[in-house]
Amino acid sequence: MPVQNLSATMTHAAIPGGVELRLSGRLDATGVARLWTKAAQAAAGPGSVMRVDASEVNFCDGSGLALLLELRRQAELHGASFTLTGLERRFRILFDQFSPADVAPPPTPRQRPGLAEEVGRKTAVLLEDMASIVAFVGEFCAAFAAALANPRRVRWRDAIHVAETAGANALPIIVLIGFLMGLIMAFQSAMPLRRFGAEIFVANLLGLSMLRELGPLVTAIILAGRSGSAFAAELGTMNVNEEISALKTMGLDPVRFLVVTRVGAAMAVTPLLTLFFNLAGLIGGALVMLSLGYPLAAFVNQVQMSVHLPDLMGGLFKSCAFSLLVCAIGCQRGLRTSGGASSVGSATTSAVVAGIILVAVADGVFAVTFYSLGW
Amino acid sequence: MEAPAVVVSNLYAGYGGEAVLRDVSFEAARGEVTVILGGSGCGKSTLLKHMIGLHQPLSGHVFIEGRDITTARGRERKRILRSFGVTYQSGALFGSLTLMENVCLPLEEFTRLPLAAREAVARVKLAQVGLSGAEHKLPSELSGGMQKRAAIARAMALDPAILFLDEPQAGLDPVTSAGLDELILSLSRNLGITFVIVSHELASIFAIADQAVMLDAQAKGVIAQGPPALLRDTSANPKVRQFFNRTPTPEP
Repeated sequence: MPVQNLSATMTHAAIPGGVELRLSGRLDATGVARLWTKAAQAAAGPGSVMRVDASEVNFCDGSGLALLLELRRQAELHGASFTLTGLERRFRILFDQFSPADVAPPPTPRQRPGLAEEVGRKTAVLLEDMASIVAFVGEFCAAFAAALANPRRVRWRDAIHVAETAGANALPIIVLIGFLMGLIMAFQSAMPLRRFGAEIFVANLLGLSMLRELGPLVTAIILAGRSGSAFAAELGTMNVNEEISALKTMGLDPVRFLVVTRVGAAMAVTPLLTLFFNLAGLIGGALVMLSLGYPLAAFVNQVQMSVHLPDLMGGLFKSCAFSLLVCAIGCQRGLRTSGGASSVGSATTSAVVAGIILVAVADGVFAVTFYSLGW
Repeated sequence: MEAPAVVVSNLYAGYGGEAVLRDVSFEAARGEVTVILGGSGCGKSTLLKHMIGLHQPLSGHVFIEGRDITTARGRERKRILRSFGVTYQSGALFGSLTLMENVCLPLEEFTRLPLAAREAVARVKLAQVGLSGAEHKLPSELSGGMQKRAAIARAMALDPAILFLDEPQAGLDPVTSAGLDELILSLSRNLGITFVIVSHELASIFAIADQAVMLDAQAKGVIAQGPPALLRDTSANPKVRQFFNRTPTPEP
């Protein structure tokens, strides 16, 4: 390649009634970056004539063009006449392709909506969201009932795959969290109870709180983080790739095809996960009691005395209901995704947040119901 | 004579040890439009991905303006990567950024242009591809053709000497497609940009290509090379004539 003049320079001089800018060298991004501020200043008060002499410009790319066009725009803005001389033909052709309107910034970039409009829009979005959830519940119930009525049409292979990823693969984290929670709760409650010589009641506390409350709740929260988000991301990406549309046009209901298998499988495995969580929690508690000098038999006996089958069954029922909520909302968020990568991200976030909120609300409802039923 | 912009020499490429392309060699001359073409599954996109350094070849070399992208590491590799622009089949615009921000992103990262200048450059690029006035739109608000053109504008942001386009015409209507052809020709003739384009749109190939490189799935390599009109009329290989004349494979 021939050695080129690498530096871009500019001189400006006053001429009768205006300014003359003399550009030279290589007008590329590097050169223009150096000249831009100076040129903008020189062009700010041009008078009635602006002349640009570009006869010594030996290269001009997009950045150079942007500079020349900006100078022209400035001149026209200030009502000055603009002449460009000496620009090489091949660059001149490019320059002439643009009209000033092409490079003018749009008058108002992205109007900010007013408060009323914003509130209105957000409300509309909220109502639309609620309507779509109602519609989804309907579709899901219909599809779920159809699946129960006709189990042979369920895609069992998909369901088993989901049961493995959402259930079996979650076992290590469930057991770990359960064990640690049992350990920590037993230890924390043993300290104050010891003052009253009531350490053995740690077993009662742990057994009841794990089986009735914490087991289902924590399992559901872990499920929301692990599987609700995964469902939202997976279905969201399928939506972005038009795979959902493909299913629809094939006459396959995405809710029956994708959602029922996922939710059904998760509902089947979550009570099992809860069982393991409870067991791990009790083992953690037993370990603390052993370290405090109580024999294992005493701990087991105490648990057996304080916890009864309805406590366990109530907890497992709750965990089944939680898994339905968490996974259904995950799928719903995924199916409602529109747009690109960022909307998949927000669908995932919203799936986890909505899942946890639903679980908390449902837990409250269950607490009141169980209480009034006398369980 | 100047060195060719892109040189592919004895390139073997494949996945998992199995070669998809064998012994591919060709050159893309400076300032010319080179089209890589061939039937589906012949390895066009694979070749492109090796040329732009996304994949490492099994053996062989790719020289971009005389520098070997297959062996370059660190700063050298970054320098090579900055010397060309690429557009992908689906546009690959960043969905969370407006068009203006998409085009400004490389300018912001790699140049010292002040904000006003970056925006002016971005506006020039968008005007060049016929997208003035759409600066503040998000990619999801654009049609497929507009997204393609916006992707070209982004690829040109740093004024690279070489542009690689992966199926720029795919999914465009004939009018938009012809507009894109004109844009490519004008950029090539006026700015001297070298184009390497993967395409199988015949009309556009005849309109813009100075040179065509034809790949074939069975041969796993280049089966013809030359100006497209010449290949159509005079090639000795029936497959090549068939491709350029759009005739179906005869029944056995």
